[in-house]
Amino acid sequence: MTVATQGDLSTLTSKELHHKIVNGDISVMELVEIFLQRIEKYDPQLNAYITVVQDQARTQAIAIDNKIRSGELNHPLAGVPYALKDLFCTKGILTSCGSKMLSNFISPYDATVYDKLNHAGAVLLGKVNMDEFAMGSSNENSFYGAVANPWDITRVPGGSSGGSAAAVAAGLAPYSLGSDTGGSVRQPASYCGISSIKPTYGRISRYGMTAFASSLDQCGVMARSAEDMALVLHAISGFDGKDSTSAMMPVPDYSETLNDSLAGLRIGIPKEFFAEGLDADVAKVIHEAVQKFTQLGATVKEVSLPNSHLSVAAYYVIAPAEASANLARFDGVRFGYSCNDPKNLQDLYERSRWEGFGDEVKRRIVIGTYALSSGYYDAYYLKAQKIRRLIKNDFVAAFNEVDVLMGPVTPTTAYKIGEKSDDPIAMYLGDIYTLPISLAGVPAVSIPVGFSDNLPVGLQIIGDYFNEAKLLNVAHQYQQVTDWHRQSPSQFSGV
Amino acid sequence: MSIRQAEVVKVAHLARLAIPEERLEGYTHTISDILDLVALMNAVNTDGVLPLSNPLDAVQLLREDVVTETNQRELYQSIAPRVEDGLYLVPKVIE
Repeated sequence: MTVATQGDLSTLTSKELHHKIVNGDISVMELVEIFLQRIEKYDPQLNAYITVVQDQARTQAIAIDNKIRSGELNHPLAGVPYALKDLFCTKGILTSCGSKMLSNFISPYDATVYDKLNHAGAVLLGKVNMDEFAMGSSNENSFYGAVANPWDITRVPGGSSGGSAAAVAAGLAPYSLGSDTGGSVRQPASYCGISSIKPTYGRISRYGMTAFASSLDQCGVMARSAEDMALVLHAISGFDGKDSTSAMMPVPDYSETLNDSLAGLRIGIPKEFFAEGLDADVAKVIHEAVQKFTQLGATVKEVSLPNSHLSVAAYYVIAPAEASANLARFDGVRFGYSCNDPKNLQDLYERSRWEGFGDEVKRRIVIGTYALSSGYYDAYYLKAQKIRRLIKNDFVAAFNEVDVLMGPVTPTTAYKIGEKSDDPIAMYLGDIYTLPISLAGVPAVSIPVGFSDNLPVGLQIIGDYFNEAKLLNVAHQYQQVTDWHRQSPSQFSGV
Repeated sequence: MSIRQAEVVKVAHLARLAIPEERLEGYTHTISDILDLVALMNAVNTDGVLPLSNPLDAVQLLREDVVTETNQRELYQSIAPRVEDGLYLVPKVIE
């Protein structure tokens, strides 16, 4: 089932592709053509892309080839193609958020991350599928249909950044930007056997990234290696005057510290992440991965995050409450879907919203509106925010004792398409290991560390606020002595 | 059931969602299940705990009160469902 195909261009890292371009082994144009052909050939089985921008990619490729040759452009991502989750605004290109509500929305402006990657000379291949408005853990809640997992196309790729994960895993893009509110880059990366990072809340500007839950949302990077994530994260991070919640913190060169030794690294294992509910085979793979770090000189001790079991409850109040406010802007008047023949203004609002949103989004809007309504605010939203403080304090205490925390990303590997789609509660409970990190706002990476029944297993490495450099260093050192991140599904191999 | 059908109708109206009669029972059921899950919070004593609204405990930034945007009405209205003479059209509000 698995092959380590080092020579195949579609399995190379962004760093390796950039070197090939600079060395003259391949032009940006040739590289872009290869990826466009692969998308045409393989995407019908996966449904990862909502929009492919062939013409724009070719035009951009010519311009970047010239700029690289003339020496005008020397960014380490120059010429390397990529895909954007379909919630990042891209001028002149559909930005659907996986929703009927925005199935006609051509953004009049660019997201800051897209703008930054354009300046770096990166080439956009297209916009990738996602759960509607990033609400979901399986990518089954998309107006554009479910996405398949490249390791087993009868299974989900995870969500909500399922299109990003499937595209990178199948070699239909070297990297992709996703968004993570409760685990939406880490969980699909884990299910699809690729690397991802959800940085600290506020690390990356969210200007032009469609809002779901504003106190949680953060852009994340999904790629083939920690080294690639270091390059992309460096390119897109930093304060942005257009997003007042972005952090005014210096952006280190994450590549510079990748090779630091792990001797003396203190790893904490949160015991709550290994309690009942974790699949025994997944637990075994995770323990083996942690063992590898001790061979690299790290020490391991058990720690406790005593309030982490409250994360699902607190999250499913806070996220829907904020979503209900953010999604109030969709009114059928200014942009997006508008119902036919509205009888009056109320009918226009109520029917446009009922017809334009899918079921999961509507469920969360109702829950959120209820939690914020008169008489219930203290019992739900305020209570959840207090519990959020307790969860944050758990992490602050843990990082007084250890440098990083390690555990599983998900309790199981990828499940079958349709298996949980009628049971939202079962789906929510699958987020148990990613939600505490989102609520605390700390950064975490997930990297592939093995297989269980031929399906990828991801390790989650959690760091202290703004310590992305340490996480990438730790992940990179692991990837120097293992090759799980170089495995690709054989079904999609070959140029 | 943690929530009654009548409450779901009220909340759906507050959220401007035209929930059809035949979907009401199913929605009430699922939302009730979610509220039961959320009720786990009640077992925890949070007396004296400050609510956390921003994970970095950051406060809203202020900037100089200067004009930073140019008028792009035409561009923004080019993607609107119904526009006339630079105005967004909605059904008649006053009879």
